[in-house]
Amino acid sequence: MHPIRRTLLRLIPEFIRRNSRFMGVIHVTDRAGQRHTLEAIEGWRVMEIIRDWGLPIEGLCGGACECATCHVFVAEEWLDKLFPPTDEEEDQLDTVVTKPNSRLSCQILWTPELDGLEVTLAPTGA
Amino acid sequence: MTDHIETDVVIIGAGPVGLFAVFELGLLDIKCHLIDILPKVGGQCAELYPEKPIYDIPGFPMVTGQGLVDNLMAQIEPFHPTFHLNEMVESLESIGTPEAPLFRVKTSENGTTFTCKSVIIAAGGGSFQPKKPPIDNIEAYEGTGVYYAVRKMEMFRNKKVLIVGGGDSALDWTVNLQPIAKRLTLLHRRDAFRAAPHTVEKMRSLVAAGDMDLHLGQVSALKGEAPVLEGAVIRKDDGSEFTVDCDVMLPFFGLTMKLGPIADWGLNLHENLIPVDTEKFETNVPGIFAIGDINTYPGKLKLILSGFHEGALAAQKVHRYVYPEKKLLFQYTTSSTSLQKKLGVAA
Repeated sequence: MHPIRRTLLRLIPEFIRRNSRFMGVIHVTDRAGQRHTLEAIEGWRVMEIIRDWGLPIEGLCGGACECATCHVFVAEEWLDKLFPPTDEEEDQLDTVVTKPNSRLSCQILWTPELDGLEVTLAPTGA
Repeated sequence: MTDHIETDVVIIGAGPVGLFAVFELGLLDIKCHLIDILPKVGGQCAELYPEKPIYDIPGFPMVTGQGLVDNLMAQIEPFHPTFHLNEMVESLESIGTPEAPLFRVKTSENGTTFTCKSVIIAAGGGSFQPKKPPIDNIEAYEGTGVYYAVRKMEMFRNKKVLIVGGGDSALDWTVNLQPIAKRLTLLHRRDAFRAAPHTVEKMRSLVAAGDMDLHLGQVSALKGEAPVLEGAVIRKDDGSEFTVDCDVMLPFFGLTMKLGPIADWGLNLHENLIPVDTEKFETNVPGIFAIGDINTYPGKLKLILSGFHEGALAAQKVHRYVYPEKKLLFQYTTSSTSLQKKLGVAA
């Protein structure tokens, strides 16, 4: 492939991403306690946003609500703004050690109403 | 006595991609054995989402995980692959040369050894292993007070047993171990169980009769001087804590996937994935290939269909190792009588 064409192909998606309407952010605290502010995209699952930014979230099953490796703790003030967990999500939460604010981040679809959503990555077992 | 098997190829992982590799190898007259840690074939498709519909398998507008596995098994039936289930590959050792690779593969459970000319790693996200709950110092009690599976029920006779979980494994073992345990306690995070209803009923009647205890909450810490377990601290939803005395704890939190021994085989790794070239899907060790979710290369997509493609290309190179003197003729199943004979469909 011609180098210019290759560069253009790489830059076009980046250009679109940078110039699309600013959507909002989520704040993610990693397992070392460091807080990251990540740009969010409407329609993406919170797990996908966290993974896309390169934070250590496993998301083993790819968002099918089948593994609970995207377990997060949601800050109290945000809990009521989320759709309540489905039975399927509760079943998966049974397979990890939860707190009352536990959710699977693959089951939270990000919308602009969730601008500023605050979550903490749950510990993983050995 | 340990078995020794000589074959052309050992495929590690019997998920959809490993299964389809049997087909592509079979068309080239290459025999293979498959090894998988699960007691059944199908990998994630069969274990994690057997009932979930998949919409992106070419030619199938919709197929379930298990449906895809069943179809693949029918498709590879003419090649009579041998399956070694419930076994994990423990070691993979190169005993040949880069020009004429030869490998010795050893499994852990039965200690079966294989000698083969190529190895195809189709291990997906790694091997399925019990999920370990993140409880401080839990490793110190593993094998003495904490078990993730029941191998011999007798081990738990007259013991104070704490079972944690709300699925089929937790409920089945609750009902089975209750008669022999000194006292059995089931702990679950909520009063809803996703196990077979009749097992849940049986557990409830045991609780009602006072023959076992049921608590709602989660383990927050373990008690006892490791490796001797004496109890578990349980935290309830309201934050209050209490202790359950127990000699053994059995957490049944389902399965997760870990890379496991693959990390020790001298292969280059990149973030727990195996880098391969995109011509042959061969690793840095000639004769060892990696296909499906476990590999990585520029542009990699973790799709089942990508794994099928990777298997087909890897098979071409494997042919050179297995039949170095033979020239490979590329043929189509639609028109080649010789391929149709192999498939048992020749007119």
